[in-house]
Amino acid sequence: MLELAFKGSKKYWVWIVSLCSVIGFAFICYLWQLGFGLGITGMSRDVSWGFYIAQLTFFVGVAAGGVMVVLPYYLHDYKAFGRITVLGEFLAIPAVIMCLLFVIVDLGQPMRLLNVILYPTPNSVLFWDMIVLNVYLLLNIVVGWNVLEAERNNVKYPGWVKFLAYTSIVWAPAIHTVTAFLYCGLPGRGFWMTAILAPRFLASAFAAGPSLLILLALFIRNVTKFDPGKEQIQSLAKIVAYALILNVFFFLCEVFVVFYSQIPSHMSHLQYLFAGLHGHNAYVPWMWSAMAFMTIGIILLVIPTARKNESVLAVACIFVFAGTWIDKGLGMISGGFVPNPLHHINEYIPTIPELVITLGIYAIGALILTVLYKIAIGVKEESSGAKDTCESC
Amino acid sequence: MEKSRRSFLKLVGISTLGLGASPVLDVFAASGGHDGKPKAGVSKRLNALTAKRWGMVIDTRKFESKEDLEPIIDACNKIHNIPKLENKRHEVMWIWEDEYKHVFTHREHEFIDERIKHLPFLVLCNHCENPACVRVCPTKATFKREDGIVLMDFHRCIGCRFCMAACPYGSRSFNFRDPRPFIKEENKEFPTRMKGVVEKCNFCAERLAVGKMPACVEASNGAIAFGDLEDPESEVRELLRSNYTIRRKPDLGAGPSVYYIV
Repeated sequence: MLELAFKGSKKYWVWIVSLCSVIGFAFICYLWQLGFGLGITGMSRDVSWGFYIAQLTFFVGVAAGGVMVVLPYYLHDYKAFGRITVLGEFLAIPAVIMCLLFVIVDLGQPMRLLNVILYPTPNSVLFWDMIVLNVYLLLNIVVGWNVLEAERNNVKYPGWVKFLAYTSIVWAPAIHTVTAFLYCGLPGRGFWMTAILAPRFLASAFAAGPSLLILLALFIRNVTKFDPGKEQIQSLAKIVAYALILNVFFFLCEVFVVFYSQIPSHMSHLQYLFAGLHGHNAYVPWMWSAMAFMTIGIILLVIPTARKNESVLAVACIFVFAGTWIDKGLGMISGGFVPNPLHHINEYIPTIPELVITLGIYAIGALILTVLYKIAIGVKEESSGAKDTCESC
Repeated sequence: MEKSRRSFLKLVGISTLGLGASPVLDVFAASGGHDGKPKAGVSKRLNALTAKRWGMVIDTRKFESKEDLEPIIDACNKIHNIPKLENKRHEVMWIWEDEYKHVFTHREHEFIDERIKHLPFLVLCNHCENPACVRVCPTKATFKREDGIVLMDFHRCIGCRFCMAACPYGSRSFNFRDPRPFIKEENKEFPTRMKGVVEKCNFCAERLAVGKMPACVEASNGAIAFGDLEDPESEVRELLRSNYTIRRKPDLGAGPSVYYIV
């Protein structure tokens, strides 16, 4: 099937080449980081995890969000999603690869990466994160590829694939739960020390992942002969709406507990993020934007007439994706480090090279996504050419 | 301490009787028997200082100003090749000073007496009984020794900085860049570090191994005591018995081994 990725329009190749040049430029920045050390980033003794780990956290969510098309199809026999499960799986693959890359660029000694396997340490959550992410990657590659190949050959996929699909459904919440456990079990970090963190991560994931899927589906419909389907997009939109409501609800639960209890070590982080602390307030406009974006997202997605209008839906999905990204990919990690355990405030602002390296990993993700979707849509177009589109769903 | 020394000497005596004068025994018998007064017992290996659980008691009443702490901090910095980095974000600190309200974050109140309010407090790794940094390390690069000292293997650390997120005391530093150009005078007896690894106070494990007390203890003019928390006869236990002491964030259950007399 890989040959399908090599037949494309001029626009396709321009896109591929521009992604590759971003990757190349970012790689040069990474070589600089490798030579100098992580000192070229904005991270510090106090904020020892920054943009990279925050992106890891967000994209584990996007990867897990892919399951929202796989689960209804396999567990509830929701046939409409049958034609787009592969889009969910093929979104999860680049998302997980991005996560793994974000871990690698964050390491001070990446050449020693294999120490995690050479000296396996089950009491470290990072060890488990490595396992669940790699297994989830493998599951999605195997399931996505086999189902698509079966579709191309007009045969039913083998039975063992279904077993792996069920496994991936259980696995998706697991990857994000483990990612939340990286943070929420740390003593002395009041911002993360809450049992709602994993549920909140999952809720935000099931909003962010499917909202990106909707945007991709709308884009695919516009530029290819494959239509992911009106019903499919509307079902996804409802999933986004309720996941987003849960995300905001979980957040408000946290806000209540923190501010009603008035425990300073829990309060100070939210105060820092949303109001600023002792004159440090770089994140305040961002955090309020995130809240506004998510609120707008909820309103647009819950009102049926708004949701059913696909242009409004696209705008809503952009708001949802941006809102959840700021919430998790910006505030969630550095917010936990400010103020530090000694109640000093040192803000974290990412540097240009740090952002370029991040952009490079985004480009790698986009490249893999493009190639995989090109293949998947190539197969879909072939089969829809053979028979009526609606029958194949 | 006397007691453990005595019991050791007894052991040496018995062993010598039983095994005869093998060359190995000669070495430690010589170091234990003639080498003067070891401070906290002598192990079979040369004249190393050993304990069941090392602990530290800092008598803050003996300090008045920053100037009193400087020689202590300098002694550590020199011996351990700690770089002096201008960029605050990249700072490496093993032992440093901070105000009461930052060190004892849960004990601060607005009417605290002037002496405590302005007194600089020494801060260092607490060598916790139940260390979160060790729990989270994915490669066992940081580990707790049997004697309670939490150590770093600079050669195994992958620089993921999970331990820094886990430490509730902010005791760990990361080498954001090559530290070597920023070391004033290099001490050849202690390794320098490379970029990309985490480091922290090691309770001078390398000095204990050759029978010396930690550098900060030595430089403190008796203000810092160091010894075996499990030995009821030790100096630290005597201080803990006769003074009211506090620890940093004991409510977290990490079990810090550094005590402060205030």
